[in-house]
Amino acid sequence: MTSASDVMTFENAATMGLSRDEWDLINQRLGRTPNLCELGIFSAMWSEHCSYKSSKKWLKTLPIDGPQVIEGPGENAGAVDIGDGLAAIFKIESHNHPSFIEPYQGAATGVGGILRDVFTMGARPVALLNALRFGAAEHEKTRHLVGGVVSGIGGYGNCIGIPTVGGEVNFDKSYNGNILVNAMAVGLANSDRIFRSAATGPGNPVIYVGAKTGRDGIHGATMASAEFSDETESKRPTVQVGDPFTGKLLMEACLELMASDSVLSIQDMGAAGLTSSSVEMASKGGLGMEIDLDLVPAREENMSAYELMLSESQERMLMVLKPDVTETARAIFNKWDLDFMPIGRVTETGRLILLKDGGTACDIPIGPLVDDAPEYDRPHGDAPVRKQLASIDITNDAPISHMLKTMLGHVDLASRRWIYEQYDSQVMADTIAGPGGDAALVRVHGSKRGLAMSTDCTPRYVEADPKMGGAQAVAEAYRNLSAIGATPLAITNNLNFGNPEKPEIMTQIVESVLGMGDAARQLDTPVVSGNVSLYNETDGKAIQPCPVIGIVGVIENVDDAVGNCFVAAGQDIFVIGQGDKTDDGWLGVSIYQQHSRR
Amino acid sequence: MTLSALRVAIIVFPGSNCDRDMMLAIEQLTSRRPALVWHKEASLDAADLVIIPGGFSFGDYLRCGALAGRSPIMNAVLDHAARGGAVMGICNGFQILTETGMVPGVLIRNAGLKFSCRNVGLQLCETLASPFTAGLDFGENLTIPIAHNEGNYFADADELDRIEGNGQVVFRYATSDAVGPVNPNGASRDIAGVLSSNGRILGMMPHPERAMYKLHGGTDGAKFLLKSLEALVS
Repeated sequence: MTSASDVMTFENAATMGLSRDEWDLINQRLGRTPNLCELGIFSAMWSEHCSYKSSKKWLKTLPIDGPQVIEGPGENAGAVDIGDGLAAIFKIESHNHPSFIEPYQGAATGVGGILRDVFTMGARPVALLNALRFGAAEHEKTRHLVGGVVSGIGGYGNCIGIPTVGGEVNFDKSYNGNILVNAMAVGLANSDRIFRSAATGPGNPVIYVGAKTGRDGIHGATMASAEFSDETESKRPTVQVGDPFTGKLLMEACLELMASDSVLSIQDMGAAGLTSSSVEMASKGGLGMEIDLDLVPAREENMSAYELMLSESQERMLMVLKPDVTETARAIFNKWDLDFMPIGRVTETGRLILLKDGGTACDIPIGPLVDDAPEYDRPHGDAPVRKQLASIDITNDAPISHMLKTMLGHVDLASRRWIYEQYDSQVMADTIAGPGGDAALVRVHGSKRGLAMSTDCTPRYVEADPKMGGAQAVAEAYRNLSAIGATPLAITNNLNFGNPEKPEIMTQIVESVLGMGDAARQLDTPVVSGNVSLYNETDGKAIQPCPVIGIVGVIENVDDAVGNCFVAAGQDIFVIGQGDKTDDGWLGVSIYQQHSRR
Repeated sequence: MTLSALRVAIIVFPGSNCDRDMMLAIEQLTSRRPALVWHKEASLDAADLVIIPGGFSFGDYLRCGALAGRSPIMNAVLDHAARGGAVMGICNGFQILTETGMVPGVLIRNAGLKFSCRNVGLQLCETLASPFTAGLDFGENLTIPIAHNEGNYFADADELDRIEGNGQVVFRYATSDAVGPVNPNGASRDIAGVLSSNGRILGMMPHPERAMYKLHGGTDGAKFLLKSLEALVS
């Protein structure tokens, strides 16, 4: 099977981001040297992006249970019970590296990918949110990146017809060379009609649906797991290209098929494309899969097994169908003018077998790909203790009116209207509160119930005190929902950090995850889904740590929701909360402090 | 005839995304669910009103509305219009109507080169006889949201003079309490909606189906749709 020209060496593995130990482990598990396709599959599955190898140990400490939880981490998205037999299905995911290289397509495919994660579970997406971090406003690239990312988010969400109802945007010079683009999608499904990805029934057909496979995005998951350097922009060809129109057709076709009783399991082809979808489906089902790669609908000619397996072309899905419904299912996809191709079958072998050009291109056991993925306990230490500042330590001689204008005009505090007006926040006609408030509120169609949601993080807090900053992000998200009258139910998180191989970065990760866990436990908002984005560094310099929280809650009657503006003159104004009597609050790392003297 | 007897058909193209919103808006007003008609159909059951909804038909690829305007169903819609049938095109539906020449003018990229989603203030103009304006007072102000990237209405000066003279201009962007510039997209003479020369076909950029109840932030969309439907009944 392995031709002489196809014998891989450690040097090949290293270019795919694998370490010497990982290379040795692959050879040991296979009992031979992998070929190019097999090595590519291992490198993608063992990439930080797919395997969570640096963060898994700490993610396991997060609370994931609660009576409201229907589906915790591990599926395409998390699911919580919102009453009336309905589930809210949601997740947040990063598309940081692609968005820096090609901001429009990077952001657009970020939105497309997270939407597929949600409708893969059988939910109709009802809302999109985002969390964006850009470099300093005056940096030469920032204007270009903001413009591209905002139009990319709008370009996908507006076209597919899901309202973008909330988000946040901050600017800091640490993101000059590594922006953060996190997209969150929320969907609704009947609690008893949630679809999962575990393959079932040996012999059942494996079906490829959606767009054709091209050479775009090859090895994107590996790119997303590497630091940036000056040569990063030469990686432009690894950025996927989005097609929201095909995304819309795929969403409608999948939801139409799922309404019939035909789908046994389904998985989006996201990061690492056909590789991660086939491996995860087989692995979760404890089964194997055999795929004839010559049958994969291809957009380009002469694609190799390696390219077909590692392509991240968008708008594709892999499904296992009941054996006797193939023609009914095909008719639905034909109606929507989408490819529908049986490309293989579920097997009992526990192996991933790929056929190509009359031969075997890959024959590897599924177990090691998932279960033996490395898990590291990377060195970390105690977070450096920073001196707490009291207001008395800070002096500011400027007149209060001047300071007020300075604050209101600050790039992190000013109105975001010019951004969110570029997003369709009203399509689907259920948006009660769109962007610009504390939390967004979307009515559950046909009922009085509403879904409330928000995304939150304050990176400068996390940098100053990772544990408190991680907890604060959860608390702020919780408060934002409380402020409109909603009951928070659960959270999704997107951990954006630098290189975990550096102890000081690993310390940020560990501490902020612990803080996040503490807060989530105390507030009874378990983590039901999430994403980790590490190696957010440029030329060795890390971003401000940014563990974003996406939160979802419910309000029984949308008529009871509270707005965030003064409604009439003459009304009293109250400040509520627990003020410390001996002090008049905290000023550390506040924006006010940045404009004051110590 | 009563409102619930009104037969409304909504055309669905691949990429339409306001079809369901419009269906529910009409059902809310008439208690009768409109028929959704897939674009590949070659014929149309008798309808009192055909609605072409908003969205991104065919992904807006090539040019907004260009591909949808050539879908099989459009021959049936043209036949319906030729018989004097009423047609309403909202947003992408307006773009499709201009592509087929059913209403005058074209819609080009917003002057600000950005997608714009917000409330706009509209003023109802004095028009020729039309079911879409029969129940409203000329000069009346309405607040209805827009959400588009190509809503900049354009025609040459002679054409604009002609349609204004004929009373074919229905809505102009006008001052209101809405935030932002009065004219959101650079439309010629602030035009937000136009009629065909017989007054039976309406194209407009704002989305009345998004201003149906108080929690939407306004009910002017419901008011406009209801008056149109009532005029079609009588």
